[in-house]
Amino acid sequence: MLAFLFKRIALLAFTMLAVSLLVFLAFEFTPGQVARKVLGPFATQDQVDRLTEELGLNRPVIERYFDWLTNTLQGDLGFSTLYKQPVNDIIWDRLGNTLLLAGVAFAVIVPLSIILGIAAGMKEGSILDRSISVSSIVTTSVPEFASGVFLATIFVIWLGILPGTAPLDAGAGWPIWQQLILPVMVMVLYDLGYVVRMVRASMVEVMTRPYIRTAILKGLSFRDVILKHALRNAMIAPFTVILLQINYLITGVVVVEAVFAYPGFGRMLLEAALSQDVATVEAAALFAVFVSVSTQIAGDLGYMMLNPRIRFS
Amino acid sequence: MSNDGVIALAWNRIRLLKESPVGMVGAFLVLFWIFVAIFAPLIAPYDPNANNMDALIDPTPSAVNWLGADNSGRDILSRIIWGSRTVLIVAPIAVICAYIIGCLLGLMAGYYRGWVDQVINRIADILLSFPAIVLYIIVIMKLGPSAINVIMAVIFVATPQITRIVRGMTLELRERDYVAAAKMRGETALYIMLVEILPNARGPLIVDACLRLGYTTIAIGVLGFLGLGLPPPDPDWGGMVKETYAMMTIYPHMSLFPAAAITSLVVGFSLLADGMREISLRD
Repeated sequence: MLAFLFKRIALLAFTMLAVSLLVFLAFEFTPGQVARKVLGPFATQDQVDRLTEELGLNRPVIERYFDWLTNTLQGDLGFSTLYKQPVNDIIWDRLGNTLLLAGVAFAVIVPLSIILGIAAGMKEGSILDRSISVSSIVTTSVPEFASGVFLATIFVIWLGILPGTAPLDAGAGWPIWQQLILPVMVMVLYDLGYVVRMVRASMVEVMTRPYIRTAILKGLSFRDVILKHALRNAMIAPFTVILLQINYLITGVVVVEAVFAYPGFGRMLLEAALSQDVATVEAAALFAVFVSVSTQIAGDLGYMMLNPRIRFS
Repeated sequence: MSNDGVIALAWNRIRLLKESPVGMVGAFLVLFWIFVAIFAPLIAPYDPNANNMDALIDPTPSAVNWLGADNSGRDILSRIIWGSRTVLIVAPIAVICAYIIGCLLGLMAGYYRGWVDQVINRIADILLSFPAIVLYIIVIMKLGPSAINVIMAVIFVATPQITRIVRGMTLELRERDYVAAAKMRGETALYIMLVEILPNARGPLIVDACLRLGYTTIAIGVLGFLGLGLPPPDPDWGGMVKETYAMMTIYPHMSLFPAAAITSLVVGFSLLADGMREISLRD
């Protein structure tokens, strides 16, 4: 188990390194553009060359990559040209906001998807199963910006009971918890169906096992069969899937945050990308990859602990 | 496989689809939009980029503009009709390109194994470790927003996923007797991969391709909505929502109709995929 953990962490380090090189190369292979961007289109080529030299951008790309890597490892994420402050001063606030949104959404998605998935999976092909399955296919097929539009039409324009934006300041006249409702609803709608289908598939599979038939035949009530026998085993496979949702909820929320003007990590990444703010995009991309790979490791580990029959080597 | 074979296969699938009501609804939605896209010049009442200043006085739906006009006085119905062309051209091209590359890499990784597999797998791992939306943003930021670059971005995101699926199936299929027989006949590795293995992997791949068309439609819409899609003024559904979303509280129809259009197409692809999966489980 420890060996497995070390192997995965080594792989994580390798992936992060490769990703950092990839991202660095993508943005900084042609350094002349950086000086050109700083000085504007009316600067002479001479001025551009001089700034390039001053910034040390005429050195070989590998040398610059190692400089950048050292700085990043020491916690210096560079200077954001968009927000005019060090990336470190913005990224943590933005992450905190996104964690709040992700946390609330996760707290809704997990119990709801388990209940719906189990209800659908206990009798395969029943009307309940078909309606839950088909509606989860439909809800996951609605793009987030479209469900944002639909929900805003109902709750903001028609009923007028929720705010259409979530800037997280109380000055807008809406308390923060009310601002969170619509973004969370959009995330839940988009993500829920996928998890429901995974829980359902696992439940359907468990319900065909002999020990469930035995439990039914020995006269146990259906309720006890589900709660005491099926549930535990049915939750092993979807566990990883549920953990992987953290990845979507933290790094995939760009659209939701853009729809509701939410000051989070995803919108920061988008704004930085739209204004070619390389330092911020690099930091955000590295962080996103870190979250995605470490949730995978956590998923594998949890799966091992839940399922004693499986041991990875 | 000959061309007739492909058509016969497709026809067979469509005939079988009759048994799945959900799949039929999906097929209807997708065919509806394909029809709209093909006959766009005949159905669209106006030029999608023509600004009608009269419509700006009251842009809500009327006898002149059935679905209303947008903030530049352009007819929304015409823009939705022409926008279906954008998405139904870009999405299939992107998915086909990703499939060609993904199938080749997956077949090679699964068939040769060893270092070829290692290299392809590592590269796929690295690309898969990016959340899709982050990869989309980085690729478009680097290459600039255009139809070709949207296709490139989809290829970057989808290819490693397809590679994984094809590799897994190849690992299983390469042990079959007919592969051993082909090897004994002295067929080339390329022949075995493309003629013996790939056609036998088609079932799950067709379902995946259909789902992927849906995801890609979402991706194109999302990129348009984020301002990373096709440059204006040509209509794309995501971009239409982006341009009018700020006016939602006054004129919700400007965002609602394009949002409904993209939703119906993606739901169509997903239901169609579900219907096909159901049928493939049966036989």
